[in-house]
Amino acid sequence: MTSSAHELAIDVRDLEHGYPDGSSALDGLSLQVRPGERVALLGPNGAGKTTLALHLNGILLAQHGSVTIDGLPVVEPNLAEVRRRLQLVFAKADDQLFMPTVRDDVAFGPANHGMRGADLDAAVDGALAAAGAAALAKRAPHHLSTGEKRRAALATVLAMNPGTLVLDEPTAGLDPAGRNELVALLKTLPQTLVVITHDIPFALQLCHRSVIIDEGRSWADAPTADLLADRATLGRHRLALPFGFDPNVLAQATSIDRSR
Amino acid sequence: MHAPDGFLGLGTAVATGAISFGVVGASLRMARTRLADRQIPLTGVSAAFIFAAQLVNFPVAAGTTGHLLGGALAAILLGPTVGALVVTVVVVVQALVFADGGLSALGYNTLNMAIVTSFGGYAAFVAVRKILPRNASGVATAAGLAAGISVVLASMALSIEWLFGATAPVSFDTVFAAMVGVHLLIGVGEGVITGLLVASVLAARPDLVYGARHLDPAALRGRASLSTRGLVIAALAVTLVVGTIVSQFAGSDPDGLERVAEDLELTADQAGDARGPFADYAVDGLDNEQLSLAIAAGAGIVIVGAIGYGLVATRREPSAV
Amino acid sequence: MGAEHSHALFHHGHSPVHHLPAHTKLVGTLVFVAAVAVTPRQELWAFAVYAAVAVFAMAVARLPVRFVARRALLVLPFLGVAALVPFIGGGETTDVMGLALSTEGLWAASGIVCKALLGTAASIVLAGTTEQADLVRGLARLRVPPLLVMITATMLRYLETVAGELRRARTAMQSRGHNPRWLWQATPLANSAGATFVRSYERGERVHHAMAARGFTGTPPDLNPQPAAGRHWIRAIALPGITVAVAIAALAS
Ligand SMILES: Nc1ncnc2c1ncn2[C@@H]1O[C@H](COP(=O)(O)OP(=O)(O)OP(=O)(O)O)[C@@H](O)[C@H]1O
Ligand SMILES: [Mg+2]
Repeated sequence: MTSSAHELAIDVRDLEHGYPDGSSALDGLSLQVRPGERVALLGPNGAGKTTLALHLNGILLAQHGSVTIDGLPVVEPNLAEVRRRLQLVFAKADDQLFMPTVRDDVAFGPANHGMRGADLDAAVDGALAAAGAAALAKRAPHHLSTGEKRRAALATVLAMNPGTLVLDEPTAGLDPAGRNELVALLKTLPQTLVVITHDIPFALQLCHRSVIIDEGRSWADAPTADLLADRATLGRHRLALPFGFDPNVLAQATSIDRSR
Repeated sequence: MHAPDGFLGLGTAVATGAISFGVVGASLRMARTRLADRQIPLTGVSAAFIFAAQLVNFPVAAGTTGHLLGGALAAILLGPTVGALVVTVVVVVQALVFADGGLSALGYNTLNMAIVTSFGGYAAFVAVRKILPRNASGVATAAGLAAGISVVLASMALSIEWLFGATAPVSFDTVFAAMVGVHLLIGVGEGVITGLLVASVLAARPDLVYGARHLDPAALRGRASLSTRGLVIAALAVTLVVGTIVSQFAGSDPDGLERVAEDLELTADQAGDARGPFADYAVDGLDNEQLSLAIAAGAGIVIVGAIGYGLVATRREPSAV
Repeated sequence: MGAEHSHALFHHGHSPVHHLPAHTKLVGTLVFVAAVAVTPRQELWAFAVYAAVAVFAMAVARLPVRFVARRALLVLPFLGVAALVPFIGGGETTDVMGLALSTEGLWAASGIVCKALLGTAASIVLAGTTEQADLVRGLARLRVPPLLVMITATMLRYLETVAGELRRARTAMQSRGHNPRWLWQATPLANSAGATFVRSYERGERVHHAMAARGFTGTPPDLNPQPAAGRHWIRAIALPGITVAVAIAALAS
């Protein structure tokens, strides 16, 4: 979107991160995402996926290595601009919906960037509609169900009109129908997408490309269907396919989007 | 302790309102430097915690329950200025949204429940901490004692306000003895729960306890070894001693009053014209007016001194985060 | 005080009172409470007018009697204390049903009861017809410092979440047979409250991340407050205006 074609949407090189208590979460991780791509990040609990996501919009800053978004290094002076370009949807939507109503929450970001009046209303309505959350506008966030919170949280970041979206476990707690709705919704978005997920069918449905992250490093980077066929690699990284799930059969039986 | 509208006279409501407004304004200014953008959500969520903690019933005796006031707790966890702001927001919202405590009573409710408990409680905490070991047990015990003291200070403050703004023919002596007596007992519960709560926060995230920032993290590492039963017994013993002293002074024991009056070289004849700003009601029923006023003044000085000490202690300590 | 009562604060409705902008209602409530506060307590007729005004406001707001009664229970303890005053007060006595009660005490009790009930009534109408989100907006509109407004908004937003956490911890304890009856058995309760504080604080940190990610730099954005037209002000101030006139008359007499 905002970036020119030769620039990478996300460029992470040799990223390392240790938390204050001494635990090392990232250990030389690299990841490149081109504009318009949809990429799934797979990996066991504690692999460092969320920690990586927090580096992408500067909530955490690189201790070693570098993070670049649309060619902009993620460093203190660039944070405001980086955050206009890349937005994060947290795993816990409750922490992202902090205003008294969903509408106020969606308006929070654009208003901080100086939008007012009719422009603001239009941006808010557009984001709510795109996220399928128009009916939730007047509701109080703490009275929403998990799926509704997810959609509201998605609306809050869409209102920022970012070029890249990073979603941390977007399907956790959704019912199967809600999950399918989310896939359909995400497929309509023009943004570059990075989804962190434990939901392998979801990754296959949405993303052509997947990356396996474990112990703070990336171990495999391949088309999702190919990766899921490689049982040995999956097993090494505690990635188990759901019971009865055969990616080969599925890939033939359904028309999985291979375009992105 | 949420007083309703009309509990104290108009003048007292306005005066306490002005004092509260001033102190909250000053806290806001002092806190603004600490309340960087990061602190705003932290303060809001902490306020939700203090409010929610007030809603939890804890057991007192034989199945009866009480609940936390939380002013000293907020001050020890967040620092007295932020603590006072947090409890002020809680008190205002309770009046505005929950109809708990009158809107025209906000001046004295804020003063007693937010300002006196936070600053007074923190002052007591700093003072007690000095004589206790510099480890988790020491901090938790100081927190417990300070919380108990803060509740008693709040009840004293309300009694003194009664002296100025009494709306019923009940003397200062009676109100003072009853308020302080009841709140000594309430303070035991407040102190025990606060001490245990601070101990458990210290065990998990010692860096989150404002009142323990000066301590070496290594010294805090070990879990506080508090015996709950020991804490309760110690608190009851303190209560008994303080209660006896209070009952010596107030109302019911004129002998004690006269003895102290003689020591202070006050005579009963001098009483009578010195009412000045005091509410007639509260002064009318006094056995020995000047002595009672001296007690009130003493309590007032303790409270104001504690608030001042709390403010100074905050400024002197290195700032957090 | 049960934690559940937070659900019953607002009474959903579409009355004219519900539709008034929050800040006009806030001002109206404060004016009403101030008028009640300045009225000398002997002027019983004035309190009768105030009560009529309060009841009228509740009727226009279509607040059910049961809703109002349930919310008013909070003042009961203080009314109980006030009821003691005629018995313990000194001075001249009045004969009430064979009991010699303090005359001053009776006046004092009636004054406290009247003012407390009217103040509670005003709060009930305000909270019963105004969503919490609008109340926060009203505070911002009335130029309450943005820092305090933001803290209030965040507090109201997470109150139920945090209270729910504490309640669930308690239920979990009870379901495993822990039913404390004495203060020294409160350790597990205090520990779970401590853990809740730590979680709340960490939640606050994540909320801050979310705010920062959407451009927050410490100045809360304008929340698009509901604008108030002249007619809104007239409606919101009309009833409290009557009470001001009554209060002035009562002070003069
Ligand atoms: N705030 C923190 N303080 C200390 N250690 C942390 C913190 N957050 C995460 N860690 C540690 O860093 C490592 C990576 O955590 P991270 O949350 O990034 O994993 P994840 O891949 O997102 O896992 P999951 O799939 O369970 O969400 C883990 O070992 C975790 O314990
Ligand atoms: Mg994670």
